[in-house]
Amino acid sequence: MSTPRPPGPHRKPPADRPTLGARGEQLAVDHLEAEGLAIVDRNWRCRWGEIDIVAAEPVPDGRRRLVFCEVKTRSGRGYGSPLEAVTYAKLQRLRRLAGHWLEARGGRAGGGEWAEIRLDVVGVLLDGGTGTPEIDHVKAVG
Amino acid sequence: MGLASSWSVALLGLEGRIVEVEADIGAGLPRTVMVGLPDTALYESRDRCKAAIGNSGHRWPDRLVTINLSPAALPKAGAHYDLAVVAAVLAADDVLPEAQLAGTVFLGELSLDGRLRPVRGLLPALLAASRAGFRRAVVPQQQAGEAALVGELEVFGIATLTQLIALFRGEPVPEAAPDEPHPESAAVEDGEPLDLFDVVGQPEARWALEVAAAGRHHLGMLGPPGVGKTMLAERLPGLLPRLSVAEALEVSALHSLAGRPLESGLIRVPPYADPHHSASMVSIVGGGPRIAKPGAVSLAHRGVLFLDEAPEFPSKVLDSLRTPLESGTVSIWRSENQTRYPARFQLVLASNPCPCGLAATPGARCRCAPQAIRRYREKVSEPIRDRLDLQITLLPIRRALLDAALAQRETTAAVAERVQEARERQRHRLRGTGWSCNGEVAGPYLRGRLPLPDGTELIDRASESGRLSARGVDKVLRVAWTLADLDGCDVPNRAHVRTALALRSGDPSADGRAVSSELVESWLDTPAVLPGGISAAEDVATEPGAAFDESWAPVEEALP
Repeated sequence: MSTPRPPGPHRKPPADRPTLGARGEQLAVDHLEAEGLAIVDRNWRCRWGEIDIVAAEPVPDGRRRLVFCEVKTRSGRGYGSPLEAVTYAKLQRLRRLAGHWLEARGGRAGGGEWAEIRLDVVGVLLDGGTGTPEIDHVKAVG
Repeated sequence: MGLASSWSVALLGLEGRIVEVEADIGAGLPRTVMVGLPDTALYESRDRCKAAIGNSGHRWPDRLVTINLSPAALPKAGAHYDLAVVAAVLAADDVLPEAQLAGTVFLGELSLDGRLRPVRGLLPALLAASRAGFRRAVVPQQQAGEAALVGELEVFGIATLTQLIALFRGEPVPEAAPDEPHPESAAVEDGEPLDLFDVVGQPEARWALEVAAAGRHHLGMLGPPGVGKTMLAERLPGLLPRLSVAEALEVSALHSLAGRPLESGLIRVPPYADPHHSASMVSIVGGGPRIAKPGAVSLAHRGVLFLDEAPEFPSKVLDSLRTPLESGTVSIWRSENQTRYPARFQLVLASNPCPCGLAATPGARCRCAPQAIRRYREKVSEPIRDRLDLQITLLPIRRALLDAALAQRETTAAVAERVQEARERQRHRLRGTGWSCNGEVAGPYLRGRLPLPDGTELIDRASESGRLSARGVDKVLRVAWTLADLDGCDVPNRAHVRTALALRSGDPSADGRAVSSELVESWLDTPAVLPGGISAAEDVATEPGAAFDESWAPVEEALP
């Protein structure tokens, strides 16, 4: 028998409403597509973690560049900007996950299908549901 | 996103060097790095500036912010770069128009809510900026008065960061909340001016003080406790002429560096420093890690350094005064830089004749063993004593004398006037030499370029008998010139030389009558040179407060 969880700020959203993170990720995807990137993969998971977005953009030599993207969403600046929450450790993990993703896909950076890889961070600030969300896209962070 | 620069000043002692503060907002996760040899206080500037901008209605850029202080090899210390850092970052973030920053120097520490705090060394820093061609300065409002002392600079005193932003955007500058008082201003409340009138008796010592003031001579006072040594020394700055503008700027810059607020204007009264005898060498000479701070000798520059209870000072500390006494500067070397501070002070030493203080008092019973007295007196080393131009012994005043002494006292104003006249004569005589008073004149000039006074054979004799060092010869000549200046004579005469010799011979190993003609007589080993009827000696004796009649009687007999 489990007692019902009391209502509070940390309760789960209703099943039909996406979480804050999921909304932020969708906004990030929209932003990347508007920038001309093609989405290759989303929420790819393995035993070491999850990559939010994998996208690709063309480079001059005709091949494509892989962009591994970490999305961080916040609903306010009270605890700092979303980008500030992306620590060095998170970037290290993203870099390692990028390697696992390539391995799982049988590709490799440089010589094969992909010209190069890049790590980006997209910060999404959802202003409490009012106004337009602020999207801050930082390229090539680590 | 972009790049912008602002300017501030790094202080290496009194010397200021322009520092360019570059801020670059580049691609990268939010992070702020500061490069260019900042010390801890300066590195923390990053966090102060972040909070101050946040609390002033703006945002620290969400990017990789690189702040570079150039020249990168110059060590930089202190919190006064905050304002320049904020200006550069805001300009790089396009909050401030970058073009407006050119030709402007920024100095000020920020508090987390965006208010500006006063900084040390503003005056020397702005003087350096002005020399480097800067035409505008932004400083904390509380220090706008100090900044205005530097002509040629347009000064903007601002109280908050919001005002800075409005100022540079050309918007109306909002009113700031009233200032909190300068944290250190309470410490320098000027008390009642000290007047020589308050000193009872001691006509000889008062006169010696006048001579010291007139020629800027170093003075040693020996006497039992409670005779007024400290009172006399405290009143010496009041006798000295006010500082000229150039001197005042130099003195004010030194005191600004030591954190003294200058909103009431330049320091025009000669400064007075009286460190306690527990003072360390560093506090006297100046020093400290990385960039040396001025010590008491520099804070007494162009003024008076008074060491009360001189034998109680560690002998190392006393002996460290030897070089600045000669050169007028101290050079302090640290691994990262060398700092030179001016230290042209007038030394006044006061000491008791023995550990109990009664040795020189006629009639009093001193219980100190002879060895103890000797040890006590030797604590002030001979090289230091040799640098004192005037050495006087003070006797306790007897109660019966108080009334008579009260009637005879002169005010500081009266004595200062005579000192001023004597200084005018010196300035006139020394015009074009770079010196302004007898105490500064170099020996060769004294002996070679100025007319030799009558009676130099007295000096020769003293020198031959080994009682006068080569430096002592010059000192006696200098004092003789000052005595002549006080008397209004063009060249010192025999009596002046003799008096100068007597004033110097205040040998602490003699008894309380050190300054007496009998002593000079025996000292010179020529009783015949002191006949009566020397007119100038009478001139001296007619000086109010002077008791230099033929017999050089002790105080009791000199007074009516």
